[in-house]
Amino acid sequence: MRMNANTSQKIAKFTIWAAALFVIAILFSIIAYILAKGIPMLSWEFLTDIPRDMGRSGGISSSIVGTLVVTAVAVIVATPFGIGTAIYLTEYTREGKITRIIRFSAESLAGIPSIVYGLFGFIFFVIYLNLGWSILSGGLTMAIMILPTIIRTSEEAIRTVPQLYREVGFSLGLTKLQVITRTVLPSALPGIVNGVILSIGRCVAETAAVILTAGSALRMPDSLLSPTRTMAVHFYILAREGISMDNAYGTAALLIILILLLNVGFNMLVNRFIAKGR
Amino acid sequence: MKSFKEKLTERVFLLIALSTLSVLALITVFIFIKGVPIIAKVGIINFVFGMKWAPSQGYYGIFPMIVGSVSVTLGAAIIGVPIAICCSIFLAEFAPAKLRNVFRPAIQLLAAIPSVVYGFWGVLFVVPMIRKFLGGPGLSILAGSIILGIMILPTIISITEVSLLALPRHYKDGALALGLTQWQTIHSLLLPAAKSGIVAAIILGLGRAIGETMAVIMVLGNAVALPQSILDPVRTLTTNIGIEMGYASGEHQQALFATGIVLFVIIMLLNASAQYITRKR
Repeated sequence: MRMNANTSQKIAKFTIWAAALFVIAILFSIIAYILAKGIPMLSWEFLTDIPRDMGRSGGISSSIVGTLVVTAVAVIVATPFGIGTAIYLTEYTREGKITRIIRFSAESLAGIPSIVYGLFGFIFFVIYLNLGWSILSGGLTMAIMILPTIIRTSEEAIRTVPQLYREVGFSLGLTKLQVITRTVLPSALPGIVNGVILSIGRCVAETAAVILTAGSALRMPDSLLSPTRTMAVHFYILAREGISMDNAYGTAALLIILILLLNVGFNMLVNRFIAKGR
Repeated sequence: MKSFKEKLTERVFLLIALSTLSVLALITVFIFIKGVPIIAKVGIINFVFGMKWAPSQGYYGIFPMIVGSVSVTLGAAIIGVPIAICCSIFLAEFAPAKLRNVFRPAIQLLAAIPSVVYGFWGVLFVVPMIRKFLGGPGLSILAGSIILGIMILPTIISITEVSLLALPRHYKDGALALGLTQWQTIHSLLLPAAKSGIVAAIILGLGRAIGETMAVIMVLGNAVALPQSILDPVRTLTTNIGIEMGYASGEHQQALFATGIVLFVIIMLLNASAQYITRKR
């Protein structure tokens, strides 16, 4: 027997709304739980003291520094390559064999699991290039991981720049490179910034790839060749080995706050750019 | 005529763009160089279909991990795909504009939450629930499937939504004009028309699930044995690497790279098929 069209419409509408609300509820419960448990832990001492007794007491200052520097290395290395690739794909070539190869590579890199990046970073940067477990090894590994994101977002951003901008540039006698750097990139900037912020979020959240390349040393790093333990790794070790639930919650809360700031902050940034563009 | 300088800049950009290809090649080469010797020594059949993993005694069989990965991934798909498709239909067709502007960033946020946090949440809530209501140790295929089912939502939702929104507007207008209800339009017209995009979305979601490590390390129990039910603990390919890489050396370490090769090959096959499906259109 076929269901009455109106009945099926009602059932479908109900199911779809229920699914959407369910997902929001899960997201909310995860964030609210971690923040509720972790925010009371956050104090000035917790943020500025180094971890003591394997993380049982003390703070997480060395992990905060480690996270920021690994992320900075990754972003500084990956961004020029990502934007350069996007410029090549959009401005310098037609769709053909080469673009297909580049796109295939980028999409494949995007699909490779972080643990495989960890294996690669370990054998290539840590062992083969003899950088050891270090901020540099971790940052370079993360740079490869975020490259596809930066390429994709920059390419999308550059494609939305109206063709007219380029034509005006050329008619004023600018060279192609000048057109790209003076008109195309500035108008694509919000989209590119979006990609970079997404990538920062990924670096901050990553565990599997950095634990195998940056190590898990607790001391304050003093150079790019020092090993470090990023906040996500610190949280993982504290929680998994049951070292200190309180400090685990505190670290997780800080992670979540950072992620929220990056996401919300970005949305505000975009709105401002769009408002300015009008 | 292009000047020399222009040609040079073009070449430089081409070189930069080829960095993705070189990095991909580098990853492939290094993982294979490190992992292939042990596969050659043990024999590929014994490695892939071997039932016993005991590195200290020289046994390197990863079949239980392959079964683990496949079962957790299938479980994640069974849980995640229907929810994800409902959510994308919600975004593309049902949600009022205001709600859509909240829901879309929320989904992005879901993708941004660190996987260790998901794992932790699983240990605190999902595992005890399973232990209490369904029995067993709680650390299980089911727990992993639930966590991964949530984690793959953003991937599937965003790609499915894009392919739904990419459909020509007149499809929908025509159907509605014929007197079809909104749901009839969606399931008899829009979903079939967006099929290739949805299939690609699901494949990429599966790739994400099979590649996830840190979240599942915490909730799967990590036992190397063939599971008898979804309430049994398992170890996946990824968790095998994640757990043992910290202290492995010599042949044992090579065997973990070999585990990585198997994972890498599975992922590349999934990626290639997703790319093939989206291109075919």
